[in-house]
Amino acid sequence: MADGLKHLEKWSLDVHVVRLGAKKGEGGSRGRVLEVGGEKTLPFLHEEAAVERRPLIAAEVYDVPDPDWPPALTQALAPLIKDPVAWAKASLKEADLVCLKLQGIHPEEGKTDRKAAVALTQKILKAVEVPVIVLGCNDGAADNDVLPAVSEATKGERLLFGDVVQENYKTITAACIADGHNIVAESPIDVNIAKQLNILLTDLGMPADRIVINPTIGALGYGMEYAYSIMERARTAALSGDTMMAMPFICFVGQEAWKTKEAKAATKEMPAWGDAAERGVMWEVVTALAMLQAGADILTMVHPQAMRIVRQAIDELMKR
Amino acid sequence: MFVIGELINGMYRQVAAALASRDAAFVVQLARRQAAAGVDALDLNCGPLSKDPVADMRWLVEVIQKDVRLPLCLDSTKQAAIEAGLAVCKNKAIINSTTADDAKMKAYFELAKKKDADLIALTVDAKGVPQDKDRRLELAARIIEAAVGQDFEVSRLFLDPVLMPINVAQAQLFVILEVIRELKVLAPEARTLVGLSNISQGSRDRRWINRAFLLMAQALGLDAAILDPLDTDLMKTLVAGDLVLNRNIYCDAYFDAYLKAKK
Repeated sequence: MADGLKHLEKWSLDVHVVRLGAKKGEGGSRGRVLEVGGEKTLPFLHEEAAVERRPLIAAEVYDVPDPDWPPALTQALAPLIKDPVAWAKASLKEADLVCLKLQGIHPEEGKTDRKAAVALTQKILKAVEVPVIVLGCNDGAADNDVLPAVSEATKGERLLFGDVVQENYKTITAACIADGHNIVAESPIDVNIAKQLNILLTDLGMPADRIVINPTIGALGYGMEYAYSIMERARTAALSGDTMMAMPFICFVGQEAWKTKEAKAATKEMPAWGDAAERGVMWEVVTALAMLQAGADILTMVHPQAMRIVRQAIDELMKR
Repeated sequence: MFVIGELINGMYRQVAAALASRDAAFVVQLARRQAAAGVDALDLNCGPLSKDPVADMRWLVEVIQKDVRLPLCLDSTKQAAIEAGLAVCKNKAIINSTTADDAKMKAYFELAKKKDADLIALTVDAKGVPQDKDRRLELAARIIEAAVGQDFEVSRLFLDPVLMPINVAQAQLFVILEVIRELKVLAPEARTLVGLSNISQGSRDRRWINRAFLLMAQALGLDAAILDPLDTDLMKTLVAGDLVLNRNIYCDAYFDAYLKAKK
């Protein structure tokens, strides 16, 4: 039987290839440029088509760390957590690129202003040679105020900015178009809205191969299977010829996994669940592995040990 | 649904005149308008009055492929005209069409293989257009058998059960709908196709009849149609039909999405 499992499906379209980062000659300053997407078939079906690009791990780095994180996570990041630049640099031991989340620009946080956000992004770009993902705080007004400034200050670097949503996409997208960056389009676990937002972005002038879909995921036990179904539906439509669904996926694994009760509850609080440190790491790992099988192109992750395990799993999955 | 634009056809007076006077601008503009309306391919037919179908077909292909990169569907009952078109065609080609007659199929399968073209096959033979379902399916089976026998990929075949005008053979239309459904069982890999406007030939308010038939055929598994893509209501019906059948993902701007996907 195994010999017969060849060319089961003929697909008609490849997922768009999105390039992240620009080198000096291209108007940026990155030492390394990365590509995601380009899939010709469902994840890791080497028998059906060449799997040309490996999924990437982006290390989540926060300007302001989440105060609700459990010790299992804060201890693993302890020496770095107050210094996002050092954190970004150190994270590359395990990750392919950096995902800077500007949580501090949220009006309720009020810890990072526009100038500080620009300065921090520039410092990180100086400290690392890889491309950087820059995320706002998901407050429309704050994101619209800060992200265009960061975009302009990093013009030509071909970074990935996010997120834009159907109700708020014009300001940030216009900035990214003008400054040559890519964009993350977020939809609330809804394939119809994902497609509609891609139409709106391309209507504005954003090329389809500079869009990455954030399908919105839940961690294991928190709606992960819904995200899986949506991604599978979108990807099969893409491979069947729907150019407005043929974008790579980014999945915010770390932030979702470490919000869960299972990742946060202390060992003595839930002795039957086993060691808290190990449990949190595994929650992040299992969520990441499921998203890989759903078609994720970029996983954002936060615990170094979880990244290491998932990286090894990707190595295995990429073997023919 | 794979849509083939039908408008470059010498049956239309203006196209015949453009052919006669070698008015390239006219046919190119017609090709562009159909492309903008969201077609997947363009049918090229010199019409029954062409004095030199070989030269006419060659000219049409040469003039249109300079401007439009869509697959070209070379439509003629004369093999020499199709060969002339294929000889100069740089775009992807579809041959329109062979019948279920052995000699003709043999020649066209060879030709299609040699030129890497798709092929439309009509479920008719020297005895004419069948009047019932079984005969149509029998001819379809013969076509599939011949394709397999000649090592022609069945997935590159369009099966056309041949539409009859509603004012000539009204009772045939439901039969043809049933044939479309059964062809998908008989040969799931082959695509089903109709020349939609045939159905309303000579009747009044033609567009409503075309739209009604298309939607029903679509529900029964029709894969492709040669039609008038400038009938925007027809195109919108077709796009919405694919949504109802869950063949395409809905979004609020679904018609724009369809057009965008064709660019």
